[in-house]
Amino acid sequence: MLTDFGYILLFILTGAIFVGVALSVAKLIRPHRPNEAKLMTYECGEIPFGDARVQFNNRFYIIGLMFLIFEVEILLLFPWAVVFKDIGWFAFFAMFVFVFLIFIGFIYELGKGQLQWDIPKPRIPRYVEGVGVVDDDYNEEENAEQVVELN
Amino acid sequence: MGMLDKKYHDSNIIIVGLESALNWARKNSLWYEQFGLACCAIEMMATAASRYDFDRFGIIPRSSPRQADVMIVAGTVTMKMASRILRLYEQMSEPRYVISMGSCSNCGGPYWEHGYHVLKGVDKVVPVDVYVPGCPPRPEALLEGFLKLQEKITGETIIEKKVTETEKV
Repeated sequence: MLTDFGYILLFILTGAIFVGVALSVAKLIRPHRPNEAKLMTYECGEIPFGDARVQFNNRFYIIGLMFLIFEVEILLLFPWAVVFKDIGWFAFFAMFVFVFLIFIGFIYELGKGQLQWDIPKPRIPRYVEGVGVVDDDYNEEENAEQVVELN
Repeated sequence: MGMLDKKYHDSNIIIVGLESALNWARKNSLWYEQFGLACCAIEMMATAASRYDFDRFGIIPRSSPRQADVMIVAGTVTMKMASRILRLYEQMSEPRYVISMGSCSNCGGPYWEHGYHVLKGVDKVVPVDVYVPGCPPRPEALLEGFLKLQEKITGETIIEKKVTETEKV
């Protein structure tokens, strides 16, 4: 008499045998005529080149995101411009607020240096004895006397 | 491997039975490669949709040539596309069949004289099994093409033909 786990074992065995038999029978009866094009990686009919693993600079992500935001903004500006005369000053101020909010984000982005393509040097804070945590551009030699005086 | 592929020179009752089983299986699961080149592809989609229902013949679209048996060349074959079509055909698993759908892929269609960029018939690059005429062919015509292809598959054999001395030359 089979236990409940015995049934599971039977199912696993049947599955394995089924797959094995199906694959080996197919291997036996199928035509086997390989050539260069057939063994090539399928790349929608193009000749594959390079490595499958391609790295992108993740700064493209910020640029792409910025582009998307301003693209949508311009898309919204088109219907706004069409009905601008009918709605009048209300339309102007509504759109002004909207554009202004995005503009604040843009200024923030610029300030963070995300749109500079030359990568800003990372500022790594470090600890200087007697002074405390300082920025990366803190010059020890210049401030050496100060440190002594402080001590 | 490939035990049943052109390994026998004489027919017997076992081989005939195997043949009919293979052909029956092949003709009732004609999976086609899912790619359209031009407006004929719209008709191909319509044929696959519910009204004409390709699936009842076992004709299912596949997104990879490795899984496909049939290539429907649906539309205008430009010179640029011709090399890609050849490569896709080569990448399909055998046995593979080609249905040329519409005037453009049959012979160049409306571009036959002044189409500097159009291949004058896809049979210049890949062997075509069935030509479906029309510009574009109606879904019924494409179905007819598939039925003709099924007829053709029914008559296939795994026996290698003996090449006589006169045929060799």
